[in-house]
Amino acid sequence: MFGRMIRGALFRQWKKMLMIAFTIALGASLATAMLSVMLDVEDKVNQELKTYGANITVVPKEASVLNDLYELEDGGSAEAYLREDELGKIKTIFWAFNIVDYAPFTSVKAKLADGSDVTVVGSWFNHHMELPTGEQLDAGITSLRSWWEIKSGSWLDEKSDADENSAMIGAAIADKLGISVGDTLEVSGIAGSRELKIVGIFDAGGDEDDQIYVQLDTAQALDGLDGCIDSIEVSALTTPDNELAVRAMKEGVGSLTVSQFETWYCTAYASSICYQIQEVITDSVASPVRQVADSEGAILKKTKLLMVLITILSLIGAALGICNLVTASVMERSSEIGLMKAIGAQNGAISGLVLTEIFITAIVGGVGGFFAGFGFAQIIGKTVFSSAINVRPMVIPIVAVLVVIVTLIGSIPAIRMLLSLRPAEVLHGR
Amino acid sequence: MSLLELKNVYKIYGELHALDDVSLKVEKGEWVSIMGPSGSGKSTMMNIIGCMDRPSKGEVLLDGVDIAKESANKLTTIRRDKIGLIFQQFHLVNYLTAIENVMLAQYYHSMPDEKEAMEALERVGLADRAKHLPSQLSGGEQQRVCVARALINYPEIILADEPTGNLDEANEAIVVDLFHKLHNEGTTLIVVTHDPEVAEVAQRTLVLRSGRLAKEVVNENFTGQIKFDRED
Repeated sequence: MFGRMIRGALFRQWKKMLMIAFTIALGASLATAMLSVMLDVEDKVNQELKTYGANITVVPKEASVLNDLYELEDGGSAEAYLREDELGKIKTIFWAFNIVDYAPFTSVKAKLADGSDVTVVGSWFNHHMELPTGEQLDAGITSLRSWWEIKSGSWLDEKSDADENSAMIGAAIADKLGISVGDTLEVSGIAGSRELKIVGIFDAGGDEDDQIYVQLDTAQALDGLDGCIDSIEVSALTTPDNELAVRAMKEGVGSLTVSQFETWYCTAYASSICYQIQEVITDSVASPVRQVADSEGAILKKTKLLMVLITILSLIGAALGICNLVTASVMERSSEIGLMKAIGAQNGAISGLVLTEIFITAIVGGVGGFFAGFGFAQIIGKTVFSSAINVRPMVIPIVAVLVVIVTLIGSIPAIRMLLSLRPAEVLHGR
Repeated sequence: MSLLELKNVYKIYGELHALDDVSLKVEKGEWVSIMGPSGSGKSTMMNIIGCMDRPSKGEVLLDGVDIAKESANKLTTIRRDKIGLIFQQFHLVNYLTAIENVMLAQYYHSMPDEKEAMEALERVGLADRAKHLPSQLSGGEQQRVCVARALINYPEIILADEPTGNLDEANEAIVVDLFHKLHNEGTTLIVVTHDPEVAEVAQRTLVLRSGRLAKEVVNENFTGQIKFDRED
């Protein structure tokens, strides 16, 4: 009988139920889309922010100490170096998968043919690595400093530009020397000189515009620094700092309890990734570039907050819509409800009947909304992040619970009205 | 002990006394009509006797229980177990068939029983219309479905509020004839009507005016059969 009544009520009022289902679907779709994006946004925003450069720098311990003592900006001045042969180990740390890019740097003070000084920086451009784990990686400044504007020529391609004397030159020094792409430039270091062939002129908007960038080996050879590195810049996906991460940074890892240390170590905080890099690179100090890391955290928090607000607002809108539609439905059916009360139905039985109708409608709307939301999430992903959004399985129960809560809240006024209906009044049309 | 007894019952809405010191008794198996002009308090009395409203003052004893003091839930239970209601506007659920409308009363009473519901429809002569929706039934047929719904749970009292108000003469006669059969089976009938011909069929007629019991007429020639004086 209950089933017949439910079926009859649903089919009889299919237009109204369709509207309720549509309202729920709208709320559920926005909640699904926002939750999916929100749960995936950390990686997406991190990846977006990675295009703005490295967020961790690694320098030799001695250089770091001197920097701290004398506030030197150039770590290389301390004549301490990192080992090139240890670079691959960075991709073996606990958070190896969060290391998206990195590049070593060796700066050399060289002289041009006219006797003027110039800084030649050796680095990786698109250096191909085959890691012990079997993973292959192209790392270097081509992606790490993707904001550099190439004024003419192109990025130095380590794969096709087999000539180790290929070089890129900053726009400022290129202008000063009257150099253009294809020209050669002789530079001399302590240990030798090279005839560099310019393949690209870049505008970095900083000190780099007065520097010449060459492959790592080339720079090392100028000063006889084979296997020596001044610094490493690392771009890593990080989790915004919380209280634990801040404490680990300020008071040191020693201030953490064993369980706190494990939590900290196993979370991708910038500080814990730095710690792990220090573990694999001998005599190194890795530190987060606070400005970048803080910006990432702030942007992530704001993005998430915005999405939470959109989700809440959409659910409030859905609840209000459900409230109006269900209340209108109960008002229309007041004589039917009055009759049921008159022939002996208790309030609980009638509330159960109406709620069952609404929840069946909510399930239909919720399922439809989930798939629509999945589509919205992909549109957002493609439009904003140019990649697909991975819908996490946990979104399904969250959306289900939200749909139940919104449907219940939206039904409260209608149920209250239903409970207050007096059969004597509705059956006599008063 | 009377099946129903009203003792000094008042129903007051602000200044208006819808019922004003009404006392009456209805014995088990009796057929009583309540008559009166509009606003005389007929429906108010029907609602109070039908446990759908409470008096402002006084006692309403149904089977010895003062229903004026019972909670809303208890009143629903009493209504379900002891009273069968018939309305002027039929009040059938329009998406349920005739038999399902009858079974609805069973559902809220105990357990739906299709066979028993069909028997109830047979009693009112509607077995062949069991699967029809209310919109596919005439007014008289809808009212007969209401009668079947009212009697399905074997109530102690059948309360009918203007049961023939929306019916033509032929259907009026059919419904009154059904009441006659129910009365013969021992069912207590209280019929609120403004139609003298329907009222006079009962054993006793109570006349209400301005909320007061103005007159009580006992039908010495009770037959339970309607006689139409009017001409078509």
